[in-house]
Amino acid sequence: MSTTEAAASTGTNGNGASGYRWVGTRPVRHDGLDKVAGKARYAADLNLPGMLYGHILRSPHPHARIVSIDTSAAEAMPGVKAVVTGADFPEAPPKGATRNLMCTVIARDTVLYSGHAVAAVAASTRREAKAAAEAIEVTYELLPHVLNISDAMADDAPVLHDNLFTRGVEPRPTEPSNIAARTVYERGDVEQGFAEADIVIEREFSTQAVHQGYIEPHACVVDCDQEGKAVIWASSQGHFKVRSATAEVLGWDTSRIKVIPAEIGGGFGGKTTIYIEPVAALLSTKAGRPVKIVMSREDVFRATGPAPGAIIKMKVGARNDGTITTAKAWLAYENGAFQGMAAMLGCMCVVSAYTLDHLYVEGFDVVLNRPVNVAYRAPSAPAAAFAMDSVVDEIAERVGMDPIDLRIHNCPSQGDPTPYGPKWPMIGLRECLEAIRDSDHYQSALPAGQGRGVASGFWFNIGEASSATVNLNENGTATVITGSPDIGGSRASMALMAAEELGLDVHLIQPVVGDTEVVGFTDVTEGSRATFATGMAVVEACRDLKEQLRKRAAKTWDCDVEEVEWVDGSAVHGPGEQEPLTLAAITGNAKRTGGPLGATASLNARGAGPAFSVQVADVSVDQETGRVTVERYTTAQDAGTAIHPSYVEGQMQGGVVQGIGWALNEEYIYSDDGNLENPGFLDYRIPVASDLPMIETCIVEVPNPSHPYGVRGVGEVGIVPPLPVMANAVADATGVRISDLPLSPPRVLEALTAAES
Amino acid sequence: MRYAAPTTIDEARALLASDADAIVFAGATDVVPQMRAGRPEPSMVIDLKKIDRLMSVSLDGDTWQVGAAAPSSALTSNAAFAADFPGLTEAAGLIGSDQIQNRSSLGGNLCNASPAADSVPALVVNDAVAVIAGADGERRVPVADVVTGPGQTSLAHDEIVVCFELARPAGGTSDAYLRLIPRTEMDIAVVGAGVRISLDGDGVVSAASVALGAVAPTVVRVPAAEAALVGSSLDDAALAAAAAAASDACNPIDDKRGTINYRRQVAGVLTRRAAGIAADRIRTRNGQNGAS
Repeated sequence: MSTTEAAASTGTNGNGASGYRWVGTRPVRHDGLDKVAGKARYAADLNLPGMLYGHILRSPHPHARIVSIDTSAAEAMPGVKAVVTGADFPEAPPKGATRNLMCTVIARDTVLYSGHAVAAVAASTRREAKAAAEAIEVTYELLPHVLNISDAMADDAPVLHDNLFTRGVEPRPTEPSNIAARTVYERGDVEQGFAEADIVIEREFSTQAVHQGYIEPHACVVDCDQEGKAVIWASSQGHFKVRSATAEVLGWDTSRIKVIPAEIGGGFGGKTTIYIEPVAALLSTKAGRPVKIVMSREDVFRATGPAPGAIIKMKVGARNDGTITTAKAWLAYENGAFQGMAAMLGCMCVVSAYTLDHLYVEGFDVVLNRPVNVAYRAPSAPAAAFAMDSVVDEIAERVGMDPIDLRIHNCPSQGDPTPYGPKWPMIGLRECLEAIRDSDHYQSALPAGQGRGVASGFWFNIGEASSATVNLNENGTATVITGSPDIGGSRASMALMAAEELGLDVHLIQPVVGDTEVVGFTDVTEGSRATFATGMAVVEACRDLKEQLRKRAAKTWDCDVEEVEWVDGSAVHGPGEQEPLTLAAITGNAKRTGGPLGATASLNARGAGPAFSVQVADVSVDQETGRVTVERYTTAQDAGTAIHPSYVEGQMQGGVVQGIGWALNEEYIYSDDGNLENPGFLDYRIPVASDLPMIETCIVEVPNPSHPYGVRGVGEVGIVPPLPVMANAVADATGVRISDLPLSPPRVLEALTAAES
Repeated sequence: MRYAAPTTIDEARALLASDADAIVFAGATDVVPQMRAGRPEPSMVIDLKKIDRLMSVSLDGDTWQVGAAAPSSALTSNAAFAADFPGLTEAAGLIGSDQIQNRSSLGGNLCNASPAADSVPALVVNDAVAVIAGADGERRVPVADVVTGPGQTSLAHDEIVVCFELARPAGGTSDAYLRLIPRTEMDIAVVGAGVRISLDGDGVVSAASVALGAVAPTVVRVPAAEAALVGSSLDDAALAAAAAAASDACNPIDDKRGTINYRRQVAGVLTRRAAGIAADRIRTRNGQNGAS
């Protein structure tokens, strides 16, 4: 069966994309064969003549002053061509985002977490590089460390940064602390709200830091030439970000750097920043040879992006009819070693799936001696939803209402205010709730001995800058070049949107991810933005091309362009006096009508439609061992319009699976001396395939009016509901509510045993 | 690091004797990850998988001879062996993934000397004997005596485990192995429990063996649990007593994989369940025999 037949035979998703020829179909992805055949090239696959291997020496201490670094022994070792330390990098400014990035790439005076990079070696072989790095003598003066929120917020806590004063507190504190910022959102009068409520439920929750768990460790090859120019091959979620961030750390002009995107083996937000590229660049500059750095899995766990753990106190008031009127939330999020905005995001998300008259949300961003947070699918929202949707579940129980009906009863609609200010645009939360309510899963009786849980989740989604170039080839095919790495099937989605616009078979379109010198600036893939924003640029370029194609037809026919329409991939003469001209006929004749056809669009995409997901799970709990088994799971999510439904479903399922892992078993385990005890997939337990049932999906399509095809981002929101879904299902199965994650067998058994006695 | 692949036991022993830093491997599914995690590389690794006797699984009279380097998949795919030792076969089939099971071996699992090794409790309850080749020929040692502590064995440097001898179980005997892992596979036992039961014609337990993994520095045989089962008809009281004895026999540690309390509690649960499974296997087999 050819790929075209496969596309035709799999048809459309049949739930709303009607009227489209290509959008909503499921063709085989353009990069699929290379990936399943092992031919796709990831950054670690590249080898250049004369290439050296870099190895980074990392701190064994969570908090220490670097007294001295002696590299002389390492430099004398066999095969060693270059050694760098923090002193080889430009001086960091005293504070701010640039300092945080620079000091994450390599420590300066102080190491702030175990695994913090302190020096690096480039040598002829991996072994030589590792041996030399281990021969670097670093003298540390140990400082007291803090690993969790409560300790870091304590009055007598060791302070990580003596110039960090809490923002958002009046008057401005005079003493530095680990509380980087305080955020408040408020509306109405919560005390009045609680006074008027029939039911008030107050609970405290905690979640653990987790890792994005991408299978491909960070990797790059950097080749710097004698003129100071660098070519970087790297796996990332955005090669323009690799360019700008590397330039920022090195104090270079961005024009010195070209970044060529490698295929990416998973990012989930964790590859929206850089760690190793500036180190490899300096090593390459010093050695005059290309340098490859590939992180080990241990490096990935010790030194790259956790999503933060959090402590959340929720107090929610409701009336006996199920109307939620009031919420007060206190949220504290880990930031890692440097300030982030995790708590601020958590504050914005925590009650977003509900309408409330009275609201007071207060959040604290807390630094501590762990690696700095990096984005992970809908950052901060899962912990917030865990708190709110656990309490909402209790309210439903108390008022005797179906938990979906209760959520529909409290569901915001277009024009209602969001908790953080603006009014909701067109959103699909109600439709997602109804989809789960009406699903086969929810309509099926719960098998004996099992528990069922539901929850909903919100994520903003964003637009940002994207560029696309579409070239029509002389044989009637098209090349679509974008600056968004293909993380979740975006090549196929770009090709589908171009196919729809141009009326061209999707397999006559070659989607290409262009490097930083062949395509216009494109922001990093984050906020579920690639199909939305980069897709918008593709559509805009294709619409430009359609104008050009009509003009070429008009020129060929010697008629007014207004008489030419573009229909199903051909120029059609309105008055009907000419035979239609196919796209191939026009491009084949392009030399005689004005030359090659191509178009470029660069834009700042506005109006990313907010995303919602509603999910239900059935679980069984082994009462004697505390093991939780997920028996059935269904997720509904508003995709706006599903361009390639298979990859929409893939994103939905992927988010759910990662959320289940977060809920059940994933956690960082630190020793008292601040070292990570489980920096590998054996003891950091992401789910394996046999742990899970097939995740059933229901794509909801409430089109986003800001996108030409109605697209909303789908990459992130799926990870938000699973935390409360699992907790609610376990509570239903056991009668015991557990408010601390993960719901690992020892924790569940402990809770069950405690409840018995 | 040198790689050697001898084809005879004598050759393997000579290589080992020639180099105090050399190590043998019978699958390398532990050795390679350990080296990647920073274990110092030995000067020589000796691959035992080219030695026929270490790779064969055969029934010699009433005794099974299981080569120390034979892959787990050679046991899980051997219906006659699996019928005699369903619990041991299950344990061998729990190690790693399908791919790992084409490499991993009982000899490697034993000599790696992890307290959590899945196959060791199952070997112990079946009274498996390790045949060990050394300078003075072969000696036979109960499997329970091979491991002396985490990562430690009673083997001399130039000794090699050749095979395991397992007497075919008498009628009315069967075994079971259960482990607790948070996932469903690709994991390491938080607690493991092997049980072998013999039932007489009246359904009364005439013999019992209980061994626990991952709850002490080495596998723990639990005579008190065995005594609680023998003479009973596996009634709730006897099973509860066996479970309590198993919990009491644990000497676990708090670590990243589980707490002391959790391991104690679950060791009892798994012992009780494994005893029940072994007994069910006997009853099922007897039922089938009766029907034929």
